[in-house]
Amino acid sequence: MEKESQREYYGKALQELGQDKRIVVLDADLSSSTHTIMFAKLYPERFFNMGIQEQNEMGVAAGLARNGKIVFASTFAVFATGRAYDIIRQSIAYTNLSVKIVATHGGITVGEDGATHQALEDIGIMSGLPNMRVIVPADAPETKRVIKNIAYIDGPFYVRLSREKVPTILNDYDFELGKGIVLKEGDDITIISTGIVLSIVLDAYEKLRELNINASILHMPSIKPIDRDLILKYSRKTGKVITVEEHNIYNGLGSRVSEIIAEDGYGKIKRIGINDTFGESGPGMELLNKYGINSENIVENAKNLLKL
Amino acid sequence: MNIEEIKDLKLKANEVRRLSIEMIYRAKSGHPGGSLSAAEILVTLYFKILRVDPKNPEWPDRDRFILSKGHASAAYYSVLAMKGYFPMDELKNFRKINSMLQGHPTIHIPGVDMTTGSLGQGFSTSLGMALAGKIDNKDYRVFTLLGDGELDEGIVWEAAMSAVHNKLDNLIAIIDRNMYQLDGNTEKILSLGNVAKKFEIFGWEVREIDGHSIPEIYISIMELMNKNGKPKAIIAKTVKGKGVSFMENTHEFHGKAPNKEEYEKAMKELEEERMKILSD
Repeated sequence: MEKESQREYYGKALQELGQDKRIVVLDADLSSSTHTIMFAKLYPERFFNMGIQEQNEMGVAAGLARNGKIVFASTFAVFATGRAYDIIRQSIAYTNLSVKIVATHGGITVGEDGATHQALEDIGIMSGLPNMRVIVPADAPETKRVIKNIAYIDGPFYVRLSREKVPTILNDYDFELGKGIVLKEGDDITIISTGIVLSIVLDAYEKLRELNINASILHMPSIKPIDRDLILKYSRKTGKVITVEEHNIYNGLGSRVSEIIAEDGYGKIKRIGINDTFGESGPGMELLNKYGINSENIVENAKNLLKL
Repeated sequence: MNIEEIKDLKLKANEVRRLSIEMIYRAKSGHPGGSLSAAEILVTLYFKILRVDPKNPEWPDRDRFILSKGHASAAYYSVLAMKGYFPMDELKNFRKINSMLQGHPTIHIPGVDMTTGSLGQGFSTSLGMALAGKIDNKDYRVFTLLGDGELDEGIVWEAAMSAVHNKLDNLIAIIDRNMYQLDGNTEKILSLGNVAKKFEIFGWEVREIDGHSIPEIYISIMELMNKNGKPKAIIAKTVKGKGVSFMENTHEFHGKAPNKEEYEKAMKELEEERMKILSD
């Protein structure tokens, strides 16, 4: 599979949106990393490098949005959600303003920079805010569609992107807010993932087939609002669900799906993700493997759930 | 500015004080000290300077005002009601359940340009509004009122650098320098030192004034209306709790409502002040 960069497609999407004079882009001294620099080159009059000031970046974004601008505010996920949280809460979420926080370097695949730069709790932080919508695309083309789509949905968004180039899988799928995507149909077990771990899940799907286990595979780009109906349809159909995410198993996809299944009262679930620990330095894909986000672990958990 | 105008604004400031005390007393909560210190600043802005239209609160070309020290909401709401954004009667519901007038300002209230309450954020969002004005080539001006205790917040100094870098000469920050924050004197809690010099060194054009002198407030703002590429700061020296003897120069009434006896005494003093202004 061809590998492409979500960040680069984010930059491309901004370039395509840029003709709309309402679009304003802010960054906090990471524009060549987040690729907002691609917008800056075409529309310098509507790009502002705020310096290393994530709090003020979000405050200024809120003020611009209050005056009719559609604001994209970028930095790394760990700083966007951690450092600027109170400003996002009070001035962006409570006010319900059109600030699209697009954070790159989400998850443990940030790699060599280590735990200080690996956001493993950002989805949970942002999902806890009323009005905030949380989107985690799986690949580069989906990223571009997400960005172009949410630009014209009023109110705040948090979009989490990856540092790593990732396999392109979703060339032919549309993004719709609040909707999950069904990639495979199978009756034995359902595997639900969000973000760039989708290719690992598809590997696991093939390995399970070799064991005569037929899995349904769902991708959830939209963590909030989440596609409750689709989750229930498949949890009722297969009775067994595994979630996979590059995030703490607390407060991310696994927690959301668990809540939905528990309230429904039918089905068993196993969450695969980061087990409430900080990350460390190393190559991104090797870290995923070390922390159990790999196809072998998914297969093992599937066998356990199916009591094989 | 003629004598009659000044007298009228003094009476309005007195009304803001009486309304604020009454609202906070009825609500049994709120922030009297910083509401009383900002009365002259607020009435001079709303009745002499701001180009706004209460009939059309979202008029795109209006001047913006952001109460960054959002806890002075009682004074702010009083002025908005007096200006005609909503009925005076609404003030009775301040901080009550199911009411429009929340403890701290929100953009759901007609006339409120920004939700505030978490200190420093209103200042930062006011930069975004000034920046939007620059992008759109609008000539509206953005005013923001900060408390001095609020200057403890790191985001204030982020924004102070950013406003200069982005040449936001359409931004006027007024600092209500009343010398007290919740826990005590600002110089004892976290010394601010020379606030004017701090802003000057950051690159702001600065004036220091008596924040209870209506002519000084008016003249300093008029002097700062130039387009010289610099953001403007007015350090308004005020008295915390101004106008009510036992609330003056103390942190005790920063965030505490008066009891019945205190309320009656405060209203009596403010009524005496009103009579004095009328007879001047």
